[in-house]
Amino acid sequence: MRLTETQRLVTGKAAPLSDFARALRRLHLDGPLLGGLLLICAFGLIVLYSAVGENMRLWFNQVIRLGVALVAMLVAAQFSPDFLRRWTPWAYLGGLVLLALVLITGEVGQGAQRWLDLGIRFQPSEIMKLAVPMMAAWYLHDRQIPPRFSQILIIALIIIAPTVLIARQPDLGTALLIAASGVIVIVLAGLPIRFMVALGVLSVPGAYALWNFMKEYQKQRVMTLLNPDSDPLGAGYNIIQSKIAIGSGGLFGKGWTNGSQAQLEFLPERDTDFIFAVMGEELGLLGVLTLLTLYMFVVARGLYIAIQAHSTYARLLAGSISLTFFVYVFVNTAMVTGLVPVVGVPLPLVSFGGTSMVTLMAGFGILMSIHSHRKLLPQ
Amino acid sequence: MRLLSPIKDHLSERRIFLGRVILTSVFGVILLGIVVARLVQLQVFDYEHFAERSLGNRIRIEAVPPIRGLVFDRQGRVLAENLPAYQLELIPEQVADIDATLERLVRLELIEASEIPRIKQLSESGPRFKPVALNPRLDDEQIARFAIQRPRFPGVDFRPRLVRHYPQGEYIAHAVGYVGALSTADLEKLDPSRYAGTTQTGKTGIENSYESLLHGDSGFQHIVTNARGRRVPAESRDLQDTLPADEHPTPGENLYLSIDLDLQALATEKLAGRRGAVVAIDPWSGEILTLVSAPAFDPNLFAVGMSQSQFSALQHDLNRPLFNRAVRGTYPPGSTIKPMLAVAALETGATNLERRTVCYGFFMLPNTTHRYRDWKPEGHGPVDIHDAIEQSCDVYFYEISNDIGIDRMHDYLSLFGLGNETGIDVVGERPGLVPSTEWKRNAFRNRADQRWFQGETVIASIGQGFMLATPLQLATATAALATRGIRFQPHIVAAWEDPLTGERTLASPVRLDDIELSDATNWDTVIDAMNAVMQGPRGTARAVGSGAPYRMAGKSGTAQVFSVGQDEEYDEEEIEERLKDHALFVAFAPVDNPQIAVAVIVENGSSGSGVAAPIARAIMDRYLGYDDAAD
Repeated sequence: MRLTETQRLVTGKAAPLSDFARALRRLHLDGPLLGGLLLICAFGLIVLYSAVGENMRLWFNQVIRLGVALVAMLVAAQFSPDFLRRWTPWAYLGGLVLLALVLITGEVGQGAQRWLDLGIRFQPSEIMKLAVPMMAAWYLHDRQIPPRFSQILIIALIIIAPTVLIARQPDLGTALLIAASGVIVIVLAGLPIRFMVALGVLSVPGAYALWNFMKEYQKQRVMTLLNPDSDPLGAGYNIIQSKIAIGSGGLFGKGWTNGSQAQLEFLPERDTDFIFAVMGEELGLLGVLTLLTLYMFVVARGLYIAIQAHSTYARLLAGSISLTFFVYVFVNTAMVTGLVPVVGVPLPLVSFGGTSMVTLMAGFGILMSIHSHRKLLPQ
Repeated sequence: MRLLSPIKDHLSERRIFLGRVILTSVFGVILLGIVVARLVQLQVFDYEHFAERSLGNRIRIEAVPPIRGLVFDRQGRVLAENLPAYQLELIPEQVADIDATLERLVRLELIEASEIPRIKQLSESGPRFKPVALNPRLDDEQIARFAIQRPRFPGVDFRPRLVRHYPQGEYIAHAVGYVGALSTADLEKLDPSRYAGTTQTGKTGIENSYESLLHGDSGFQHIVTNARGRRVPAESRDLQDTLPADEHPTPGENLYLSIDLDLQALATEKLAGRRGAVVAIDPWSGEILTLVSAPAFDPNLFAVGMSQSQFSALQHDLNRPLFNRAVRGTYPPGSTIKPMLAVAALETGATNLERRTVCYGFFMLPNTTHRYRDWKPEGHGPVDIHDAIEQSCDVYFYEISNDIGIDRMHDYLSLFGLGNETGIDVVGERPGLVPSTEWKRNAFRNRADQRWFQGETVIASIGQGFMLATPLQLATATAALATRGIRFQPHIVAAWEDPLTGERTLASPVRLDDIELSDATNWDTVIDAMNAVMQGPRGTARAVGSGAPYRMAGKSGTAQVFSVGQDEEYDEEEIEERLKDHALFVAFAPVDNPQIAVAVIVENGSSGSGVAAPIARAIMDRYLGYDDAAD
């Protein structure tokens, strides 16, 4: 079978084992995945330089964070999947305790308690982004796939406990994303189609319950999505300005650092949640499609690694990490283009901010570990 | 691995997993497709809509006020200009503690404590980045004091702005008028597009009547602003390239007045410490040479803005400095109308050159006992019309008054412009009053009051009773005597000039209806008599006119003050002072080739020839170039 260049890149089959590739393998890194991630980061840094208003200090800050995240990836890649699996319940339980601590003592940041000060300030919810899919995969590892109904209920509990704690902080966006990463594990494990249909049907009263659970500002965001022009200077402002930025970028954009919406601060949170709009304005449709292509390459490579994985745990975890990454990309881009409510999800690897990037890169380190620790036995 | 765990079917597990990866991938591709479709919709199909909205987002139109026209006197000396003044401002968003900052500024005497509530209200109402004026004009010492303390006041700074300035101050206060802050009431009357960005408008004098010429037109400029409306500095050129063209403001026209600053200063000095007015006019064009009302005020107070207490002091001053006596003050004209009545009497045949009267110092109407007294108790003896004017004999005019009749008196005085607005280009002039039987019928409700009495005609003949005239009217009427009946509408603005092209437009004199006499020698009779007033052997003002190197004509007047306003409070000394007669004098010169006509009134000045006439003489001397000879 002849492979196209892209297929060759994704599968890594035809790649000759050069010195460079050998070095990568010794470090338990995956070349194509690393290449894709670095391209995204480089692209992200270029856009961020414009989005922080050409502030070198802030930009360099982000470069350092990126370095830290790459180190986290390198470290994560060194742990074998079996090691990770053994420690999974402890990571999960520890995460739960820290989440409970946040609710009791956590520092208040932007009207929500998310931070915990343990020498360095960090958000325990970041641990859960990895610990929840790991725990779900751990539970399913030595059980028959597809899971039975009772097993599904137990996994549901594993997912719901941290989700509720994080939603109470309140950080609905992160809570939903963490829940999604757990749900993806069950779906990949073969959740019967009838369950999914049933869930779809149940989501109507569920959405109603959620609506009552939501804070006023969260309801506002949903209402604003439905009709942003009803309140152009208030809640709808972000979406309107974001759409103007992206739309006015056109095919080729207004040019790097020349986006009037972004540079004149019409665009809110231009360096964090709405950085995709800066890219749309300055680099145009061509620029954003390039970035989306890079993202899809990374997701595809992650799914390939998942398919190639040797254990149930590794397979489910790799699949969940890859697809959750896709969910991040989708939610952020859909939010910025006004397709879903503004939920405060950063654009992965591009938005300004450190903690989430470290977690993401650690996740990719796990992916690389899964790929590089395979026992290369004949199948 | 637990031993009891069921044996796993790895092949089926891999199949299930692969199937689910494909399922989720398809779902993912659909979601991605939605996002891409959305991007294409926004960036391709709706591109033009959003491109326009993004442009509208960042461009703001800002008005640029025009520079107000300058005002010059007839010799090109500046009467009104625009000078930079340093205004103390505060930018609310840059000040952490506004209360403390204001308090410290009060302690430095840079703002008044009473201003604090107003400033606080302003700083809380507008956009946070918009400066709030704390003090419209810092003096030099205040600027120095603030400059030292400046680092201690973040968000407070001074900024230059153009403020109207009147270098001649009160010399020209009533002639030029002043500008003041544009009020909402003003804005209702004005074209808002022309006044965008303007903060001041003409309130009185020619600043008001020539407002449309002086103001010019506002321009506008497009500026790039950020989301908070703050202007983006010019360095971001690349963002400013696409701006539409700006429109420059059109500066206001410069005005050249017929007013002579020297005469203004002279008249102001002569009236110093008194209440009164001087109006001088070029009889052959109607150009106002001087227009002074005393006491005056400093018009700069209005242009810069003054405190409430300063304004209140001006407003409640018993001498009424804000009142323009020259065009708005109406006074009984007294004997100054005798030359005009003489014309009327000669023309109507009520008298002739031969008619003589023996003046015993009083006059009685037939079959009555009321004595109408002459100002000279012992009488003037036998007088004719010439003597009656020269010596200002009241009895002569009493005698002929009913031969002329009040209605013919009214008609002739009206020919000279009394009783009607002169049409001068200064707003607010009063028409005065020349009574007639018809006027009295309409003016009173009560039937008994509507009848005209012969006695009223008698006192009307010496300019008393109902009759009222403004100093301006007396000047224009005197000018009509000087030109022997040729009349011009008085005006202050002689020309205006486009400051961009330098093109000048001259104000053409407006000639009014001539006064045509059936016998033109009647002019000579009256003018000779007026000359005698000043330079004849028995003239009432011969002391003033003697020794002059040119021939002049004049007439004094003394108007009785009948009552003091009931709502005004005076102390006793004050009452005595305010009950004194008003002193009036009208004059023109030279007699053979009249170049200037003057009217002077000094309130409670007692004697027309003694107090008012010297002022008129000084004005004429200065204008005709004989002022060295006068002293």
